[in-house]
Amino acid sequence: MSLAQKPKVPGAAARAPWTDPDAKPFIRIRNVTKKFGDFVAVNDVSLDIYRSELFCLLGGSGSGKSTLLRMLAGFEQPTSGAIEIEGQDMAGAPPYDRPVNMMFQSYALFPHMTVAENVAYGLKQDGVARAERDERVAEMLRMVKLEPYGKRKPHQLSGGQRQRVALARALAKRPKLLLLDEPLGALDKKLREETQFELVGIQEKLGTTFMVVTHDQEEAMTLATRIGVMNQGQITQVGEPREIYEYPRSRFVANFIGDVNMFEGRILVDGVDHAVIASEEAGAQIRIGYAVPGREGDPIAVAVRPEKITMGRQPPAEAENVLSGVVEDISYLGGVSHYRIKLASGKRVRITQTNRDRHEDPITWEESVFLSWETPSGVALSS
Amino acid sequence: MRSGSFLLIAASLGFLFLYAPILSLVVYSFNDSRLVTVWGGFTTKWYGEVFKDTALVNAALVSLRVALIAATLATILGTIAGFVLSRFGRFRGRLLFTGMVTAPLVMPEVITGLSLLLLFVGLEQATGWPAGRSATTIVIAHTTFCLAYVAVVVQSRLAGFDRSLEEAAMDLGARPLKVFFSVTLPIIAPALISGWLLAFTLSLDDAVIASFVSGPGSTTLPVEILSRVRRGVSPVINALATLIIVVVAAGFLIASLMMIRAERQRRRDEQKALTGK
Ligand SMILES: Nc1ncnc2c1ncn2[C@@H]1O[C@H](COP(=O)(O)OP(=O)(O)OP(=O)(O)O)[C@@H](O)[C@H]1O
Ligand SMILES: [Mg+2]
Repeated sequence: MSLAQKPKVPGAAARAPWTDPDAKPFIRIRNVTKKFGDFVAVNDVSLDIYRSELFCLLGGSGSGKSTLLRMLAGFEQPTSGAIEIEGQDMAGAPPYDRPVNMMFQSYALFPHMTVAENVAYGLKQDGVARAERDERVAEMLRMVKLEPYGKRKPHQLSGGQRQRVALARALAKRPKLLLLDEPLGALDKKLREETQFELVGIQEKLGTTFMVVTHDQEEAMTLATRIGVMNQGQITQVGEPREIYEYPRSRFVANFIGDVNMFEGRILVDGVDHAVIASEEAGAQIRIGYAVPGREGDPIAVAVRPEKITMGRQPPAEAENVLSGVVEDISYLGGVSHYRIKLASGKRVRITQTNRDRHEDPITWEESVFLSWETPSGVALSS
Repeated sequence: MRSGSFLLIAASLGFLFLYAPILSLVVYSFNDSRLVTVWGGFTTKWYGEVFKDTALVNAALVSLRVALIAATLATILGTIAGFVLSRFGRFRGRLLFTGMVTAPLVMPEVITGLSLLLLFVGLEQATGWPAGRSATTIVIAHTTFCLAYVAVVVQSRLAGFDRSLEEAAMDLGARPLKVFFSVTLPIIAPALISGWLLAFTLSLDDAVIASFVSGPGSTTLPVEILSRVRRGVSPVINALATLIIVVVAAGFLIASLMMIRAERQRRRDEQKALTGK
């Protein structure tokens, strides 16, 4: 579930800017490539980000997320391609001349300065007068709920407090764009969830555009207005969290975001409004409710999320998308249960069921069961 | 049990080996006899003699002045060299530069001293400067060889330096020079201080290089002591040496205590932070 589903852009309640062809992007990344020697860390990335977005870059380790962020901050120069912020080309602009601030993964708090001096550092560089500086620092510390800690040194703070100081310091100059590299990486799970809410709250209050790097897909789903999924230096898909989860466009994205059952097969019937896919793995024909890319005979995969599959002892009334197998494993988690079903082909299928009723006679190990899902629930993936 | 007593004996012998000479020096500084090795009763008169001996006091003052200036110059230049070594990645001639900066660490002092002497003489003939050997030439010589030590200390401190601190400063609007003075320098200051102290003691200690490049009226303490010892050890030298030991030991003790206190304070702070209040 996303915290950030309600539209955040002023006056755009009806339409998100990324669906509006006339909207002007705030940041334009055009065909940006970054090479380190022969190694391509970021490969031809193009991306538009709009004002007041909370954009999450999601990807595995080494996929180039930090490198892309560092190019926005000005620590690295693109090998080719251009980055524009508010229509201004950033080529050659050093970090200290960009309307961008960054919150570092390691927080990078200055150890020899107090919390208040850390927060004031950026304002000092801008030559903000003493009185105003003090006021802004107090305001920032209030915002991150660290008012009583201004006189402490960073090593006198807990991990969560340090993280909030880093956020306050990065926001003190009121940047147009805030870059956050794994901002919550060092926090434990509980603190992390609390902080996610705070982060979204602060972002909504200030209206600053946030670009957050994470490799935690749940975090991305919670925070983001849109997610960009990165893999091997490329952005493979950009979309709202729901869109990415429900309509992945590649096997990689489907696998990377959430759990998924992937059935490999070939196109049997390619109609204008439906398709039928023969899958040996599934041991059945799978019907898709829309036209699929490719021709008859082409290889294709069907992705079905575990919670979209229903399971029963009796074969369901409809004849399509029905598989049969044997329950191999069950994990009961209270609210939900996970089942692993072994099909005749040997393929394992994962199912999640909510435990709505208190069954007297629940499905148990070694039972033969029928699995089915509604036609719109399957996603055909050719890449 | 047996290995325990063995360790005890080994440790005692080790400490005896290290400290017996120093102890005998201290004891003989209170010896009321001109002959250093014959005990003639207890006295403190040699300590008074130390301060009456103007040549000795002057030499001590020269040594101090030279050490202060040379350590400061070496720290400034060595910091720059250490910075270049750790920061500029692979530039053309890096290996040569590294070798040249660190060569004085392994160069025999006699060679360093001789070559500097030749340089000064050559320079004087060519340009008229430096006019003869003086405290200035000692300062230059000491700066050259202390610089290498400071550069190594600073370089190793910078090797463990979190670069994201500098990036954060730059990101917040500081230009590179400002970043250096407001972030890098304060953080590596302890390394600079220990580099300075190292340079200071090295300069105070040195007798070999100084004896090549010192001139009349600019004799340093080690050179003075060495030349007197050649004429025979006097109890005055013992007294002087004892004074030096006391000063060094006191300085060392104070520095250690300060470090222990700072460490304790830091621990307490961290404890406080973790328990939340
Ligand atoms: N300065 C550099 N020199 C050489 N290679 C680099 C450099 N910086 C990054 N890389 C390489 O570029 C690739 C992408 O690195 P990047 O730090 O952007 O990954 P990431 O997506 O942030 O990963 P993580 O989630 O682990 O932080 C990695 O393979 C990394 O080794
Ligand atoms: Mg990274």
